[in-house]
Amino acid sequence: MANAIVVAKSGALAGTGSADYLTVTIGGQRFGIPVASVQDVLGPQKITRVPLAPPEIAGALNLRGRIVTAFDVRRRLGLPPAAAGGMSVVVEYRGEPYSLMIDSVSEVLSLPDSAYEASPPTLNPRWREISGGIYRLEGGLLVVLEIDRLLSFGTALAA
Amino acid sequence: MATSMNMAEAAHNPHPPAEVADAPVSAVANQSIRVSVDLLENLMTMVSELVLTRNQLLQMVRSLDNSEFTVPLQRLSHVTTELQEGVMKTRMQPIGNAWAKLPRIVRDLSVELGKKIDLQMHGAETELDRQVLELIKDPLTHMVRNSADHGIELPADRLQAGKPEAGRLVLNAFHEGGHIVIEIRDDGRGLNTRRIRQKAIENGLATEAELDSMPIQQLHMFVFKPGFSTAAAVTSVSGRGVGMDVVKTNIEKIGGTVELKSEEGKGATFTIKIPLTLAIVSALIVESATERYAIPQTSVVELVRVSGDSEMKIERINDTAVLRLRNRLLPLVFLDQTLRLVPATDEIDTQSEKFIVVSLVGSYQFGIVVDRVFDTEEIVVKPVAPILRDIPMFSGNTILGDGSVIMILDPNGIASASSAAAVAETTAVTDDVHHARSGERTALLLFTAGGPEPRAVPLSLVARLEEVDVGQIESADGRHVVQYRGKLMPLVVMRDSFRMRTEGRQPILVFSDQDSTLGLMVDEIVDIVESELNIELRSTDQGILGSAVIAGQATEIIDVGFYLTRAFGDWFRSRTDVPFGQADDRHRVLLVDDSPFFRNLMVPLLSVEGYAVETAETAEGALKRRDDGEHFSAIISDIEMPGMNGFDFAQQVRHDARWAGTPIIAHSSHASAADFARGHAAGFTDYISKADRGALLTSLAQILSGGGNA
Repeated sequence: MANAIVVAKSGALAGTGSADYLTVTIGGQRFGIPVASVQDVLGPQKITRVPLAPPEIAGALNLRGRIVTAFDVRRRLGLPPAAAGGMSVVVEYRGEPYSLMIDSVSEVLSLPDSAYEASPPTLNPRWREISGGIYRLEGGLLVVLEIDRLLSFGTALAA
Repeated sequence: MATSMNMAEAAHNPHPPAEVADAPVSAVANQSIRVSVDLLENLMTMVSELVLTRNQLLQMVRSLDNSEFTVPLQRLSHVTTELQEGVMKTRMQPIGNAWAKLPRIVRDLSVELGKKIDLQMHGAETELDRQVLELIKDPLTHMVRNSADHGIELPADRLQAGKPEAGRLVLNAFHEGGHIVIEIRDDGRGLNTRRIRQKAIENGLATEAELDSMPIQQLHMFVFKPGFSTAAAVTSVSGRGVGMDVVKTNIEKIGGTVELKSEEGKGATFTIKIPLTLAIVSALIVESATERYAIPQTSVVELVRVSGDSEMKIERINDTAVLRLRNRLLPLVFLDQTLRLVPATDEIDTQSEKFIVVSLVGSYQFGIVVDRVFDTEEIVVKPVAPILRDIPMFSGNTILGDGSVIMILDPNGIASASSAAAVAETTAVTDDVHHARSGERTALLLFTAGGPEPRAVPLSLVARLEEVDVGQIESADGRHVVQYRGKLMPLVVMRDSFRMRTEGRQPILVFSDQDSTLGLMVDEIVDIVESELNIELRSTDQGILGSAVIAGQATEIIDVGFYLTRAFGDWFRSRTDVPFGQADDRHRVLLVDDSPFFRNLMVPLLSVEGYAVETAETAEGALKRRDDGEHFSAIISDIEMPGMNGFDFAQQVRHDARWAGTPIIAHSSHASAADFARGHAAGFTDYISKADRGALLTSLAQILSGGGNA
């Protein structure tokens, strides 16, 4: 399974297989987060603002004694702020937990590699930056959220 | 072995813990196991979580009366507390671990230096956090080396001083409050106060007068300054001028302090005080713009409540907010603005209730203005996420008892980010090397007159501060005079807006020049500060030289020369006209000084004395005048100037036939015996301190009259 994800991530679809994604919705668009990188799904949380932080950082929250950095995905995608009470998906990136704020979480899908396609070059650059590719689903399209590319914005994490 | 640390002797010692590296350790080793640090850190996190859950439960049960949960919950609470303490203890290690290598180091040193050193170690079992232990290992080793090298004398010298041949070096560690105290004591020669004084003057850290008034303790603290080694000889062990400053910085970095006690001929004791653990610190919880923040207690000096109707209130100078705290002005930083929680406005609300957290960073004291202050809490410091690490305002974050995440403020970052002035101030205070190079510290008298803005005048120009009875002030022809020491002293005011007091006593600054005196009426004498004088804004206002930042405040520097000329205008003209008749007859004097302030100050003074004064900003500028074929009766030169300094300038003047015969007077703020010697060697005719204007005029008069006769 881990192998399949690696394949999907790299976009080199040689074999036949499938990858599991947790599907989430942000601003009406469905996104997929590789299931293996998901640690937790949280309901609305009390978030402490961090002044002077990059705008994408919503703040910090306490997840069972661990301090988790809350990341505003909408902001990163250039979408308007959401109404109150969204959900969060906790992922780990370079040993640090991040809570990705999204609108809602739905089911886990096992998606065949055959439905995968690289992002169209005409896609908004902000979106292209964070998505590895797109799955064609029956009910619509699902954009793959790549954690590495999502969180390595600007120069803050370049070092 | 026999010449150095004698193990057999140590065993005879009545204090058993003296031996560390040997037998007892192996016995302990049999009862211990190795556990990875990660595992312990994990345990610590789990326990913190448990504590939080317990607190929540306690909160819930408290609201129920006589619940059946009360008793078991109390038991749970006890167990949790003990568990937490237990886990904390697993991070503790005996300080002996950091000492293990010292006997060997001392033994090697004693062989190398030919000294006999008896190393004794007490309290090796004293425990402290492993993180702290790692951080003090190197400083400790360095200090022991230092004591062995500088402190303890050679056996022959010791016998001569009536001390036992072998020097004693004692390490002692013990707990005191929430701190661990480590003493490093030797019975050697102690600190050489004379050498320290000399060195402090050489390095420009202090003037002779300052050193005279300094308590000996403070004098000793100079050894912690960068580049300060009093060792006469550089050895491979120490005396390279690096070290003690690094030791001090490292210890201060972990919230510790170093003290030094020394008695010449009897030995020195260094006392290091460090917190037991870095993991848990006591922090003050404050609120600003509805968000809570923690400030480490170690940097908090005191709390002050201010409001518009109380005695303590925030005042403003221009747009800078300050607080008057025990007759000192405390610069203020508004936390909400610094963190950009609110848009920065120039409208500062000075009416509503605020709290000021007086903080100390190095030796820079400032106030952080917050809306509310809560309790102090013991917090577990956690590093911030890498994505946030480049925000200098925070040193970490933590989870409070109620489960919310809170950011820990770094007063250091706030101080340096708050304002350019604050930064300048901090560097001026902490960076003495920088100081010695660029800074001529001038003692300034701060006062107010005809308005709330601070004004300043160099203290060296003020002859006396007086208060005269208003009734004694007489008015004649719109000018005020007062009888002062049997003469009439004219009184001047700075501004027309100035209102003389109608009753009581009027404070006056008395300026004196030869036999004439002048009084400047002021509202209030505020303070005397020592500051670098960088005049930043030139003023178009007559009587004002410009403004400078003094103690973080924009302050107007008054032009005494202007007032002297105004008061003695007639007298000044007649003086210059009568003795010389023609202007060409006057002695031409070249004044070389990079400070516009001093140039502006000296020109009127010298003019009053009847000299025709020309000025040059740099030594290079002065030499250009020589190349242009100009001649002067005398040259007065500053020593510290950008580019060519005064010494080099004097040599240049002497080495060229054109000006070789021109007397040249050094005029410097550094006037120690060593400076005099160097000045004469460089070819200066005389060397005068800037603080002593009388001497300059006398010297000039003597040199010129002598020169005329020759």
